[in-house]
Amino acid sequence: MRRLLLALLLAGVVAEARESGFVLMSPETQAMQRDDTANPGMLWVEEGRALWDSAGCAGCHGDVAGMRGVAARYPAFDAASGGPIDLAGRIAQCQEARQGRTPFPRESEEALALSALVGLQSRGMPVAPPEDPRLAPALARGDALYRQRRGQLDLSCAQCHDANAGRHLGSSPIPEAHPTGYPLYRLEWQGMGSLQRRLRNCMAGVRSEPYAYGAAEYIEIELFLMRRAAGMPLETPAVRP
Amino acid sequence: MSWPSSLRSGIERRALGAGLLAVALLRPARAERSGLHEAILAFTGGAEPAEGQVTLEIPPLVENGNTVPVTIAVESPMTEEAHVRRIALFNERNPQPNVVTARLGPRAGRARLATRMRLATSQRLVAVAEMSDGRFRSASADVIVTLAACVEG
Amino acid sequence: MARTLINLPRTARRGEVIEIRTLIQHVMETGYRPGADGVVVPRDIVTRFTCLYNNEEVFSAELAPAIAANPFLSFSVVAAESGILAFTWSGDNGFEQTETRSLTVT
Ligand code: HEC
Ligand code: HEC
Repeated sequence: MRRLLLALLLAGVVAEARESGFVLMSPETQAMQRDDTANPGMLWVEEGRALWDSAGCAGCHGDVAGMRGVAARYPAFDAASGGPIDLAGRIAQCQEARQGRTPFPRESEEALALSALVGLQSRGMPVAPPEDPRLAPALARGDALYRQRRGQLDLSCAQCHDANAGRHLGSSPIPEAHPTGYPLYRLEWQGMGSLQRRLRNCMAGVRSEPYAYGAAEYIEIELFLMRRAAGMPLETPAVRP
Repeated sequence: MSWPSSLRSGIERRALGAGLLAVALLRPARAERSGLHEAILAFTGGAEPAEGQVTLEIPPLVENGNTVPVTIAVESPMTEEAHVRRIALFNERNPQPNVVTARLGPRAGRARLATRMRLATSQRLVAVAEMSDGRFRSASADVIVTLAACVEG
Repeated sequence: MARTLINLPRTARRGEVIEIRTLIQHVMETGYRPGADGVVVPRDIVTRFTCLYNNEEVFSAELAPAIAANPFLSFSVVAAESGILAFTWSGDNGFEQTETRSLTVT
């Protein structure tokens, strides 16, 4: 009982201490994210709105407002593959299996636009990972990948994002790596990008070979990061430096 | 690109409680580049603008030089008789000195312009306004651009 | 067609100064950057923006490669009479796009 209480207490402390990368940004970049008339990510949302009709999503799903809360519970269990699927994967699945079309490729402007539009419907809602025991093995693999040292610099995600979060790498503050804003507009990219693109940047940063887009490892890491960020509000489309 | 290989030891030192990792700041040079001055004179037709009446708002420390918010405002009643005709922004160390040149008039109501610019490196910026009486006024600002950390591989 | 975001009030009082904010999706390729193959990528930027208010120019801007990707411009206009505001972006490679918004002045 005492152990359980202590565990709960610790969980509470951790939950309270968690901070979105938003907090570390300059006031100017924060203002850019906060104001929809200034946030360049909203250009992709607009594109998504046009695609929602032209790519036939509305035909089955009706108003996109019906997607409220969906992005907050991905990655989810996918019966077809017997493993986790991320939001972009689910959208591609609709195109492929339900519409018999070639899906927009991952990281294409169209795919980012649709993910941004669906993500926006959950903005401000708490991250709510599904309590699905079938996801447990993938979650455990994600946890292990997060702690695995990699690349020529032989560093794990945890060494930067847990042990050194809030400190600086060069002039950049190291965030806690919460995936709450994706897809997002990164000033460095001068465009929109997915969480997978962000993870690729971190992998290249430690001089390790990033996995190919869509690789199971990214989805396992996302599953772990979303679990770690449970309860934090979604920010899509966020802005990051 | 990737992080420098000295980084790993840096991070580990950090983990041991050592101080900040090196912060790479490029300080603006003291003397203005001549290309900047020439571009300003081309805009004014040879007149030297006087400092004042213009505000140039830009973050002094920029976290990513790709997208830097900048606002220029000029004190003016913006009437038929007295208004701002043009506002131009110049930079010192990008490949070209011009950033933006706006044309406005009394129908703008307010002499204020906001945009986002690129800054290749730390440098000086100068905003110049042309008034309806033909005078030129200016403001300048120094900006420090820090280096981006983990960028595209 | 490039996506745009244009923000201005739908209605305003006569003589009121209103703020207009615009964003357009555009790479603003500087013409100075080497591509993956080491060859400089040709310049592709928006060079000019205009705002016409009932067909009269009230604001315009010449843009250089130093303007950030997905150009943002904010400026103001006096609400003089009800009508149409037309926003045009034009640039390299024949780029040209116009968007309009109506404004009701009371
Ligand atoms: C032929 C009908 C059809 C079309 C067209 C279609 N979908 Fe779906 N979509 C479905 C069905 C059925 C589901 C499963 C619903 C469920 O599981 O509750 C689904 C599920 C989804 C989900 C997951 C919802 C959730 O609650 O987890 C998303 C996101 C989605 N679709 C997006 C899209 C997008 C974006 C498009 C357009 C590219 C699209 N869909 C086109 C039928 C369609
Ligand atoms: C050497 C330190 C380092 C390592 C190792 C590292 N990252 Fe990062 N990561 C960073 C920094 C610094 C940033 C912020 C970059 C910026 O803003 O320029 C970042 C950003 C992120 C973000 C974006 C957070 C946000 O607010 O959008 C995520 C997610 C992330 N990292 C996940 C990971 C994962 C997963 C790994 C392991 C595969 C990893 N990182 C490895 C330093 C690191």
